[in-house]
Amino acid sequence: MTHAQEHTSHTKLIWKVFAILSVITIVEVALGIVKPDSLYLTKFLGTSPLNIIFLVLTVVKAYYITWFFMHMADEKKSLRRAVVWTAVFLIIYLATLLLIEGSYIKDVLGPLTKWNY
Amino acid sequence: MEATIATDSNENNWGGGNQKPLGASYGKMMIWFFILSDALTFSGFLGAYGLMRFKFHDSWPIADEVFTHFPFLHGLHAPMYYVALMTFILIFSSVTMVLAVDAGHQMNKKKVTFYMLLTILGGAIFLGSQAWEWKNFINGSYGAVKLNDGKIIQFVDATGEQITLESFVKSQQSERTQHTANKGIWFVKEAKLPPFTINEIIESFKANPKIAIRTEQIDPELKSKTIIPHNEAMGFLNEAESVVMGANLRENEYGKTLFANFFFFITGFHGFHVLTGVIINIIIFFNVIIGTYDRRGHYEMVEKVGLYWHFVDLVWVFVFTFFYLI
Repeated sequence: MTHAQEHTSHTKLIWKVFAILSVITIVEVALGIVKPDSLYLTKFLGTSPLNIIFLVLTVVKAYYITWFFMHMADEKKSLRRAVVWTAVFLIIYLATLLLIEGSYIKDVLGPLTKWNY
Repeated sequence: MEATIATDSNENNWGGGNQKPLGASYGKMMIWFFILSDALTFSGFLGAYGLMRFKFHDSWPIADEVFTHFPFLHGLHAPMYYVALMTFILIFSSVTMVLAVDAGHQMNKKKVTFYMLLTILGGAIFLGSQAWEWKNFINGSYGAVKLNDGKIIQFVDATGEQITLESFVKSQQSERTQHTANKGIWFVKEAKLPPFTINEIIESFKANPKIAIRTEQIDPELKSKTIIPHNEAMGFLNEAESVVMGANLRENEYGKTLFANFFFFITGFHGFHVLTGVIINIIIFFNVIIGTYDRRGHYEMVEKVGLYWHFVDLVWVFVFTFFYLI
């Protein structure tokens, strides 16, 4: 509610965030269309560097939307942590377990798939 | 001790009294926790998608080959452009929403009305775009053949570019016609017949030595689908079971049916959120017009519906990454 008492306009900040989000999206789309071989066909941290770039840019976008569009920056620290930390922890936990399980199933079942006829 | 006593009798107890440990009103706090739980729901779906994608890492459809349409650019291979446009529409409607919230803080009813209207329009355009994307995916673009074990075989020309079934299959006279209500038993329905039979496809394939087939298997070095040359292709085509046109929950001409299932389910669930968001936005929009929040003295309701709307945008950012980029 600190926000409601201010009565100052944040229009400038909003357009700045919009510009940042647009630039990130354009970079993502450009990379997704061009797919430079040096980023796409090489390996880095278990996947291609391109995928890492996409993931980082996505998290940056999520940060800007949450902090400035949803005004998380103006909320009390306790509310912010209750929401953000919970989500970040549970999502990373879930994703890690599911992806490890997925690649395990692939290692076990993949060789059994028939590809020559 | 004070915590148990409502000190200000004017305050509705559903509002939590005067105690605000998180510094937010009851409604705002609860929309945040709703968003948290909804985010976990979406994470569950996207996580399941990730599990299946890792499981079929060597044969998952390549998004660039699936979503290639753009309005008015018929037949042009335009991957990503359309979904990029959709992303912009949604981000922009998020901007107008936050501008409405900002105008609400200044108690500027006119501006709130205008920006809410723009937000609703943006949401409606996004929904229309998504319907168009679904339409293209459901109708498909090339057509494929499904083998007995469920694998999908696509056809490519000499350069390795995928070609449509229509471009090389010659239709033969067939005694098999589509069953309609006025022929035979009127209450028996039949699914739409594919335009070609398996035999026609195989005959035409044999007659065209330049055509080869492509399996779902991905070459890890080149990250593209494996092409089987013409002379080895019959081993696959002898196993052919049915013709697949487009994608639905049972089959998918682009490859794994699971891809179609997850696509329909996750983008559908997200689209349903957008639809709900648009409806709630419309309700709030009319409340703004009739001056409900002006009389109430604050526009917090716009802020709360705004939080939901931004969340929908946030989810799309992730759906966009995992379905189209990675």
